[in-house]
Amino acid sequence: MSNLNVKFGLRDMFLDGVRPAATLVKYVSTNGTSAEIDALGLKHKELNDLLRAVALQGVTRITVKNVFGQRYIGTRLYLPDPEKKVEIKIFKNPGNDLGAFLNGHRIIVYGNAQDGVGNTMDDGEIIIHGRAGDIAAMSMRGGKIFIRDNVGYRAAIHMKEYAGKVPVLVIGGTAQDFFGEYMAGGIVILLGLNLKENERHKARYIGTGMHGGVIYLRGCVEEYQLGKEVGVRELNERDREIVERYVGEFSAHFGFSADEICKGKFQKLLPVSKRPYGKIYAY
Amino acid sequence: MLAKRFFASERHLPDKDHEACGLFGVMDISGKRFGGEMAINAIKNIKVRGNGLGGGFAVYGLYPDYKDYYALQIMFQNKNAAAKEKVEDFLVEHFNIVYDEEIPTNPGVNVFCPPLVWRYFVAPKKKGEDHGMSDDDYVVSRVMYINTSIEDAYVFSSGKDMGVFKGVGFPEEIAAYFLLDELYEGYLWTVHSRFPTNTPGWWGGAHPFSILDWTVVHNGEISSYGTNRRFLEMHNYYCTLFTDTEVMAYAVDLLMRRQGLPIEVVSRIFAPPMWDLLEHMEEKEKKLYTTLRMVYAPLLINGPFTVIVAHHNEMFGLTDRIRLRPITAGARGDLVFLSSEEAAIRCVCPDLDLAWTPRGGEPVVVRLGSRDHLLSLPESV
Repeated sequence: MSNLNVKFGLRDMFLDGVRPAATLVKYVSTNGTSAEIDALGLKHKELNDLLRAVALQGVTRITVKNVFGQRYIGTRLYLPDPEKKVEIKIFKNPGNDLGAFLNGHRIIVYGNAQDGVGNTMDDGEIIIHGRAGDIAAMSMRGGKIFIRDNVGYRAAIHMKEYAGKVPVLVIGGTAQDFFGEYMAGGIVILLGLNLKENERHKARYIGTGMHGGVIYLRGCVEEYQLGKEVGVRELNERDREIVERYVGEFSAHFGFSADEICKGKFQKLLPVSKRPYGKIYAY
Repeated sequence: MLAKRFFASERHLPDKDHEACGLFGVMDISGKRFGGEMAINAIKNIKVRGNGLGGGFAVYGLYPDYKDYYALQIMFQNKNAAAKEKVEDFLVEHFNIVYDEEIPTNPGVNVFCPPLVWRYFVAPKKKGEDHGMSDDDYVVSRVMYINTSIEDAYVFSSGKDMGVFKGVGFPEEIAAYFLLDELYEGYLWTVHSRFPTNTPGWWGGAHPFSILDWTVVHNGEISSYGTNRRFLEMHNYYCTLFTDTEVMAYAVDLLMRRQGLPIEVVSRIFAPPMWDLLEHMEEKEKKLYTTLRMVYAPLLINGPFTVIVAHHNEMFGLTDRIRLRPITAGARGDLVFLSSEEAAIRCVCPDLDLAWTPRGGEPVVVRLGSRDHLLSLPESV
């Protein structure tokens, strides 16, 4: 078999054939501080190179059309002036790791997002007029993500917070299993707006391994759907304020009535321990 | 069965494979045949899920003129003429060959070390005690013989009215090499883009894996490969292709063709519900799933996986029960899609009626002339 091993001829599926941004001007039309990019046929890196080039030219509002699966959109936008932020509108289907390491910019998606939305996002906003795939908000450490519809497995996995930096994830629909898995910080709000009355959320193993942060869950869930590491509490006055604030923002983005949503029954899920597996692994 | 006389069990386990591949499948549930354009463009869209060390296609409804004959598509490594002679001697002895030809290729496409690939349309030529076995079993045992006993010869596919085209390269290169978009039509296409990491990229190791008209494309790693493989050996299936996915093809042939189980049950064997969730099921369901776990424990497929399995009239997508690999389904009119990424579906069919992702371990079953794929919707997101 060894003579058949073609690893020597391995090609780079990400970078082979990537064109320099300077040669891609025909994909961009700029008008003052706005720009439009036609992403049809652009590779992952080419699109992100263009976004960066356009932002460096002083453009603050970028519309990207014909997006079909380009990954990492919005990453690498660390600009010389840290105060300068851009808004990126995406039509229609961004690829995995949308807004990875996002540095305070705002991304609005008019369509569905895939896996890894806001992976290790630092600051800014991601607003998705659709659903998102698995591991939404993975390792997120700041900023806000609003998703109108459902999310897949392991949303908010290992989300974290430190001092004043508290990430927020608001989901309008329901979630699949391992929701909030290994969560270490941050605020997650799951609204269940597309569930019928008394219909349970789809997620099981909610908050497995959770050891920080808080989940506010609107709608029904059976006890066996919760991981062993979370406890259920009533909302107090401060919790109500937090929920009202972020449900208000969510509703403004997607045109829901915040009052109606807040009338629903919420419960608060908290980790019961800061080190749930301390006794297993420590010796 | 013939197999028992010919083969000793192989104790050496080749290294298994770790993969992060791209999958795509499309089926017209009205049975209308179409070209390879959608499959090729969709897999191109998720190019970064593969690394150019394997690509392959399975096409159903491929040979309407010879649909009553088994189409054996056989690869001869290093274009080994002696292997071809041996295979042909064997075929003449065991089959009536009604037609054979070299599978047309485009020599202008630069692929690594291409083998000779030949197709034979055959009917079983049974003798003596062979009459006691079904045609399908007869063909399986002869395929196993070629794969295990004739050096440099591997059967890509052996079903009727279908075929597998695969090799080393990005899938669009394999498609161009075999002229897929020019020469062929089918009502069901599945395609795979491979990312092998610790077994060689070689022509026989590309997906789809196939036996009879069953094909499997797979993303993930079957960590239960050793257990699955030994269990399948007890049923005369022999793994020769150095990749874990092979067990999945033989397992579906055993469970679905020979034992007649529906996919709704088979998916619970491959990806059984967790023990603690069984406690919350109806008594009847609980009993069924507990029984399946006990009877078919060695066919539990462990590790992260997404597969698209196809045979005539049916295609299904399934992930492991905690969904460590992605899948998205989509539908528009009579077209139903399964893919690793939603964008791959949207780029070939921008105005989908529906896009959904089933729960881990729940199959999306796409059947000819039915809307069964919608049954997976209620538990999906």
